[in-house]
Amino acid sequence: MERQIQRLRWQCRRGMLELDLLLNRFLDQRYAELDSAGSADFERLLGYQDQILQDWLLGQAVPADPALSRLVAAIQDCMLEGPRASSSNAGAER
Amino acid sequence: MPAARSLPHRHFDALIIGAGGAGLNAALRLAAANLRVAVVSKVFPTRSHTVAAQGGVNAALANALPDNWHWHMFDTVKGSDYLGDQDAIETMCREAIPTVYELEHAGVPFSRLDNGKIYQRAFGGQSQNFGGEQAARTCAAADRTGHAILHTLYQQNLRAKTHFFDEYFAVDLIRDDEGVAIGALVLDIESGEPLIIEAKTTLLATGGYGQVFRTNTNAFINTGDGMAMALRAGVPLQDMEFYQFHPTGVAGKGMLITEGARGEGGYLVNGEGERFMERYAPKARDLASRDMVSRSIVTEIREGRGCGPNKDYVLLKVDHLGADVVHHRLPGITDICRVFLGIDPAKEPIPVFPTAHYAMGGIPTDRHARVVAPARHGPEEVVPGLYAAGECACVSVHGANRLGGNSLLDILVFGRAAGTDILSYVAEHPNHRPMLDAHIEPAIARLARWERQGEGERVADVKAELRRLMEDHCGVFRDQPTMAEGVEKLKALRERVEGVRLRDHSQTFNTARIEALELDNLVDVGMATMMSALHRDESRGAHSRVDHPERDDERWMKHSLYLREDDRMDYKPVRTKPLTVESFPPKPRVY
Repeated sequence: MERQIQRLRWQCRRGMLELDLLLNRFLDQRYAELDSAGSADFERLLGYQDQILQDWLLGQAVPADPALSRLVAAIQDCMLEGPRASSSNAGAER
Repeated sequence: MPAARSLPHRHFDALIIGAGGAGLNAALRLAAANLRVAVVSKVFPTRSHTVAAQGGVNAALANALPDNWHWHMFDTVKGSDYLGDQDAIETMCREAIPTVYELEHAGVPFSRLDNGKIYQRAFGGQSQNFGGEQAARTCAAADRTGHAILHTLYQQNLRAKTHFFDEYFAVDLIRDDEGVAIGALVLDIESGEPLIIEAKTTLLATGGYGQVFRTNTNAFINTGDGMAMALRAGVPLQDMEFYQFHPTGVAGKGMLITEGARGEGGYLVNGEGERFMERYAPKARDLASRDMVSRSIVTEIREGRGCGPNKDYVLLKVDHLGADVVHHRLPGITDICRVFLGIDPAKEPIPVFPTAHYAMGGIPTDRHARVVAPARHGPEEVVPGLYAAGECACVSVHGANRLGGNSLLDILVFGRAAGTDILSYVAEHPNHRPMLDAHIEPAIARLARWERQGEGERVADVKAELRRLMEDHCGVFRDQPTMAEGVEKLKALRERVEGVRLRDHSQTFNTARIEALELDNLVDVGMATMMSALHRDESRGAHSRVDHPERDDERWMKHSLYLREDDRMDYKPVRTKPLTVESFPPKPRVY
């Protein structure tokens, strides 16, 4: 699990600060709660180009796939909610 | 850690570290000429920071209004506050025109005018006829120019058979006894396995280092890796005191709130609800220059008039403009506020703080993108086989301040120039130089250092402290006491890094190790920045000193050079002579 999160942490390193903040926070705070379908969706989401992710995560477009659409909403919610558990990584300072 | 002789080696004509616009444009030129090209990128190439560049590329195409590369050159020299090298600026402004057409032919979907020509928009700092009417010089692919360029270059490189090492982290350059760059030690992030890439030429194209400041607009990847590699190889960094800050970033997060917000009538208030810009700039108020607004915000906070529980930001108000104006004319801000703050800027003010954006300084190069450093025969001796281009380099076309639309241009023109020079270098030096274990050992020692076991401070904690320190002591508020204290604190922090330990020593996808290597890099470029800023006791371009508010051409028309050994400063003259035209002499920079 830890290795999987580390691998995904690198996939959350993107070309834009906005995406870095949103994706890393979600990974730190919520990823562990996802079921296997949810974590597969998250990996699938990370496969999209930065520009598409930006459109989705900043609300300029909505993914046609309902699962991704729910995930995008969850990532946005996570940004605005307080921390649920103590996060143990670099994301903590943000 | 394995011994030097047991490491695998790969051989290439050219090694390019970094897969943004500069690296990929160089790679394309080389691969198209059938050289063996390796591109090493710590993230998947299309996730490079070039993707975030929205503005566009300046080129005097004269499609919308009359224009001329020589006017573009004048604007760039003036914008640089006369610190830019005029031979490099002439090169950039001339080359801008074929560069844009080359990109167009490669498939970048530039926005068009009705007559089918490339659309060009007006930007601040652009003039016709050497300081006259506004010019329109910026070519854009809607608001995603960087994305379009990066994807086009990546696809073209795949077609040209460039060899990509995706998710490989460059640890250090390898130079032989004569100082020739002969490759690099890199680390496969997935497996944790080190690899030696031997190359006849090496290009550093690793981008900026905004992550050294707590509040910044840069992606997490921008940690100054190439700059720090150059420093460790004994190459100085040039003009590192010149760092562009933007007055209004989202407090605590960093992303930009466009100047358009104040242009539309937005204004700043402090913790007492006062429109404080009226005190600092009675006429221009909230539309005063970037550095004036930035410094005023920080002064309010330093004097205890900030907002919020920690009084560490001010508020940008646009709520009086009405929902219609805010939502329709400032849609980007509305999105950012909603997603990151959970507020509607048409109803609530936005917490802001100055945010670090762009490095004018970097690895010193000539206009062929060859790295130059002081040596026996003068201040600009070529380091054989080593090149740098893009934000990590200082060629220097931006001097003390960069104009909008010139950064994408810089990476494209000098990325291409690097490619051109590498072609002739490799033709003249067709053989690999011998690489001995002794050449590799220093790079391996750097990796081995992070294998030390035991208790120690955490990387994340030291990094957070570094970022705070840089923001407090070398941000937009700069004077001698603040920075002298900053240097001492930074030296102490640098000592502490020796005591930092990793908890996780596993090999596969150990991102903690990568973050530790990045911390080393951030500390080195942070010191370069702070030392250079402390020593330059004048205000020029983006470097503004509260205690020395004037530009001092007599003493300071020169480039700073910081050397890592003994934290030494050196200087070299500005190249004021262009290639074919008359020099532009320094004048007061008023707009």
